[in-house]
Amino acid sequence: MEKQPYLQIRQLTKSFGHIEALRNANLDACQGEILAIVGDNGAGKSTLIKTLSGALTPDSGVITINGQAYAHLTPKLAEEKGITTVYQDLSLVNTQTVWENIFLGHEYRRLGWLNKKKMRRETAELLKRLHVSIQDQEAIVGHLSGGQRQAIAVARAIRQGGKMIILDEPTAAMGFKETAAVQKLIRNLADQGYGIIIISHNIQQVFELSNRICVMRQGEVLALLDTKSVTADEIVSMIVGGTAVNGVKQ
Amino acid sequence: MKQYVTKEAKSLFAAMINRSFPQILLTLALLILILILSLTSEYFLAWKNFRNILDQCSVYLILSLGMAFVIASGGIDLSVGSIAGMCGVIMAVLMHSGMQTYPAILLSLGIGIATGAVNGVIISLIRINPFITTLATMTITRGIALVLTGGVSIYGFEQSFKWWGTGNIGPLNPPIVLSLLLTLVSFLIMRRTLWGKYSLSLGGNAEALRRSGVRINLYRISIYAVSGFCAAIAGLIMTARLNSAAPLAGSTYEMDAIAAVVLGGGSLSGGSGSIFGVFIACITLSVLRNGLTLLSIPTYFQQLITGGVILIAIIIAQLRSNRDRLH
Repeated sequence: MEKQPYLQIRQLTKSFGHIEALRNANLDACQGEILAIVGDNGAGKSTLIKTLSGALTPDSGVITINGQAYAHLTPKLAEEKGITTVYQDLSLVNTQTVWENIFLGHEYRRLGWLNKKKMRRETAELLKRLHVSIQDQEAIVGHLSGGQRQAIAVARAIRQGGKMIILDEPTAAMGFKETAAVQKLIRNLADQGYGIIIISHNIQQVFELSNRICVMRQGEVLALLDTKSVTADEIVSMIVGGTAVNGVKQ
Repeated sequence: MKQYVTKEAKSLFAAMINRSFPQILLTLALLILILILSLTSEYFLAWKNFRNILDQCSVYLILSLGMAFVIASGGIDLSVGSIAGMCGVIMAVLMHSGMQTYPAILLSLGIGIATGAVNGVIISLIRINPFITTLATMTITRGIALVLTGGVSIYGFEQSFKWWGTGNIGPLNPPIVLSLLLTLVSFLIMRRTLWGKYSLSLGGNAEALRRSGVRINLYRISIYAVSGFCAAIAGLIMTARLNSAAPLAGSTYEMDAIAAVVLGGGSLSGGSGSIFGVFIACITLSVLRNGLTLLSIPTYFQQLITGGVILIAIIIAQLRSNRDRLH
């Protein structure tokens, strides 16, 4: 039986003046799978992500989350519906601790005071569940490695109720070891049933991680393909201007 | 379980020591200073002198508490000295025009809060640099004080007003008690409340806080309003203590407040701050000034020495901050 998509977009369009950043984009994403979105600069990836996270309002089209249709989302609504975005800059407060970052904006309070004990305890549990290796949750985030910082940003997305996690360039500017750790975390999340959408320019990584690949060009979803049914050369060809192969042209 | 608790406790302790390093260093410096002065001056350890130090420190401490939150949030408030002066003048004008003491005090405190909030609104909503904004309000509020007084001090107030500067609460006086009370409240707010945590988060990464769904403009405005409130309280104490509202009162006090916050471990780039550090820094500066006076060091040299000590301490703090960033 085919998986029911958790997130569906249909005929999504967004223009900035006379520039069409998104043109009738269609896309499905399921829980427990990793969907990679690839495309050249200006292909519409960022616009699509910002629309899904509620930062941008589409001109037309429908976004369906878990069976419920919306003309547009707000950041709060997207979060409530389990769509959380981990931006490339990670949005971490580098001067604060691991647990302070994980609970940023969603702190527990008791009689008006911060309930630090509960937040520390839940952070330890969350990191353990996600198999994230950070020895000291009192560590200042700015002192941690890129991989650990990415893991904290992902853990925060999960903590905020994320069911579909959008990761924008999750391993940009990371070393080999850190990249491997983040990729392991992403696979782990998919195995635990979370839906993952990654935006990446790293074609090798896309093939290592994803179940499906969405190719975007000039605001259009050019093709949505099973990763196993396509080669890296074919994907690159589509990105740079060749024709869609082996997949469904949207 | 026992092992886990022990490990967690160790981690918490290590983090506390690491984070409090500037305050520990400053406390050691204060203790050394006290030791030197107690050996070189027979008057230094007298209770009267100790009370005098706390009394002299109280206005700076109150201004520094508000400044600590502003600097933690990545801002700066150059207008606090002038707001203090203006609020003192407004209290005096209101009381001399027949208003009762407490309504006049409350109205002036409200004006202090409103002036701070105006700073916050301009900085948050019109997005003008805090330095420029508060530089402008510093000039405006000083101008208001001069216009209201015609450049001449207003003096002579009722005993109920003067009590706030010269009264007694047990062995202490109202300025000391008020400043210590505000220090305790500020400490709890910064360490234990959402507002305190968001003040620090704003300075650490305002965009991250905004993306987390926090209405950062409201927090920023309220932080400047609190700074204005602290300045107004300082104005109340200064006016009551001297039984006189001088239009130029509080000039350059903002510099002492900024110095105390940075000495106490706050970073001018925001994201860090310690109320305990601010308290120790204010005491240290007051002890230093007091000691220099007791040792009969001429006033001009006192300025030179105090400025030099502040500069050295700030260089040490900055070197440590740079090292942390490279870590």
